[in-house]
Amino acid sequence: MSQNNLLEVSGLSMRFGGLLAVNGVGMAVKEKQVVSMIGPNGAGKTTVFNCLTGFYRPTGGTILLAGEPIQGLPGHTIARKGVVRTFQNVRLFKDMTAVENLLIAQHQHLNTGFFAGLFKTPSFRRSEREAMAYAEHWLERVDLKAFANRPAGTLAYGQQRRLEIARCMMTRPRILMLDEPAAGLNPRETDDLKALIGVLREEYGTTVLLIEHDMKLVMSISDHIVVINQGSPLADGTPEQVRGNPAVIKAYLGEA
Amino acid sequence: MNKPVRQALFSALLVWAVAYPIFGLKLAFAGVTLQVHGASASTLGLIAGASVLLFLRVLFAEPLGRLRKGSGKPWVPPRVSNYLTLPSTQRWGLVALVALAFVWPFFGSRGAVDTATLILIYVMLGLGLNIVVGLAGLLDLGYVGFYAVGAYSYALLSHYLGLGFWECLPIAGLLAALFGLLLGFPVLRLRGDYLAIVTLGFGEIIRIFLRNLTSITGGPNGISNIEKPTFFGLSLERRAADGAQTFHQFFGLDYNPAHKVVYLYLIALLLALVALFVINRLLRMPIGRAWEALREDEIACRALGLNPTVIKLSAFTLGAAFAGFAGSFFAARQGLITPESFTFIESAIILAIVVLGGMGSQLGVVLAAIVMILLPELMREFSDYRMLMFGALMVLMMVWRPQGLLPMQRPHLELRQ
Repeated sequence: MSQNNLLEVSGLSMRFGGLLAVNGVGMAVKEKQVVSMIGPNGAGKTTVFNCLTGFYRPTGGTILLAGEPIQGLPGHTIARKGVVRTFQNVRLFKDMTAVENLLIAQHQHLNTGFFAGLFKTPSFRRSEREAMAYAEHWLERVDLKAFANRPAGTLAYGQQRRLEIARCMMTRPRILMLDEPAAGLNPRETDDLKALIGVLREEYGTTVLLIEHDMKLVMSISDHIVVINQGSPLADGTPEQVRGNPAVIKAYLGEA
Repeated sequence: MNKPVRQALFSALLVWAVAYPIFGLKLAFAGVTLQVHGASASTLGLIAGASVLLFLRVLFAEPLGRLRKGSGKPWVPPRVSNYLTLPSTQRWGLVALVALAFVWPFFGSRGAVDTATLILIYVMLGLGLNIVVGLAGLLDLGYVGFYAVGAYSYALLSHYLGLGFWECLPIAGLLAALFGLLLGFPVLRLRGDYLAIVTLGFGEIIRIFLRNLTSITGGPNGISNIEKPTFFGLSLERRAADGAQTFHQFFGLDYNPAHKVVYLYLIALLLALVALFVINRLLRMPIGRAWEALREDEIACRALGLNPTVIKLSAFTLGAAFAGFAGSFFAARQGLITPESFTFIESAIILAIVVLGGMGSQLGVVLAAIVMILLPELMREFSDYRMLMFGALMVLMMVWRPQGLLPMQRPHLELRQ
């Protein structure tokens, strides 16, 4: 594999006792690409995500982020290196307001000094102001500015999904991993999501790794698709190659 | 019989079933045997009255409810309520309250000032525990352990090294914080009920340890004659120790024991205000927001690069530090501490203050501390029923205001338009 891969996964496997949930999965993601991972339910896609983001410690294989091995590191360390994810079932800080959710995620860019905050030094005020401005920018981006001071748990489902993506963007990630972002969205919201992912790539230079079941969405925005079935890699290629692959069709639709 | 009448009759009977055995029967010794006496006519009359009242209340529950809903007018005219909710009005209101708190003890009775000092100690404890339970969502049942660490650090340092209150205050805070950190490590992986049990054990370990370390801590007898705080080196006692001057001599006043009480109150007020200020700022700092985020969702915290270990330990450490300050002040005020001052019931009271006030709410803690400490003092005459009333209060709270007296308000953050 070439050197300019942002994320390079090879031979990744994850074993829970006697169950081999992920077996020898590999992928290569280049900067600013949108790569999708698809496969039937229970194929192990989310397990791969959990391994990549440090929620599980993979039992085998290597994960290189810009050439640096990150497998087995704790989740928060990987997140600080710029790999940030959303969850299949939205995980917002529900009792806190939308804008607070966005402020929390900016912790790396804030002045966290104890005495700076206690006495509200000018540098502390400035860093808080900048954080607010960036949060506001993203609230506007995802069309939630009117809900800035509403508790996140009271927002509509689609709004919560958008807020979760905005919250990830607060950390200025290199790779954004979206776990079924279109689940539960109506067709118009799915179109908005597609536009948003385009914006992430074009304007913010973010690389996107996607798990999704909505084939229309996957086929239209992906540069590259990885297919997984029962924990093992099944196919790999551009949308056209995957669409025509007989093994993929068989896995999704059963024997012809 | 239709349904409301049946329900009302049942409620009235229930009043008898509950009240008669508790209030109506009295046990008395006659020689070696126990005898059951009936109640006086007035008690029976009271119970009968209560049952009739409840009967009517249940019977007419529906029309009463309609009546209440019908009068939907606001109690306060809108202009007044607008004025009251202005931030500037509230700030001045707060300043006035603080000024009042500083001035009234000079005119209040000695007993009242003493009770107020006790309340302020519990305010400090409540604020500290609020960090751990209310903000970070870590149920800590052994908080009294840190209170004990603070109290004993001052008592021991003063007893063996002759250090004064003001030098020991920061040391006590630091030591308690250190114990908070030490407890934090083993419980990092625990949550909810499991965490509660372990912290409960920790509180008990500290108490029993202090009781059995007889050679240093005096065991069950505790440490007595702990020095009171001085006023810039001036003692407030009748006679100062060798070489020291007393407050009343320095200012040419007659000796008055009330000076000492008021001075202690003022120290407590100052400490409580500092705690209030510091925690208020913490809430709006990245670390305060991280505590709340941890309470809401630990997994999401990790996914955003927040280190849960650091956040938990900081909550335990800072929460314990406030207990340390409160503890060393408590030791200075009492002049005598024993391990029995730090039993589990103290932890329970502090936790009750946090829950009663509304988890995470600062003003709620202050209000709840006043309620929890003042009510038992006021109801000394009914002290036989103190626990009964305490329980009744808790039940009523859970029915009417399960979110606490003054639930936490989310900060409203202004966006530039």
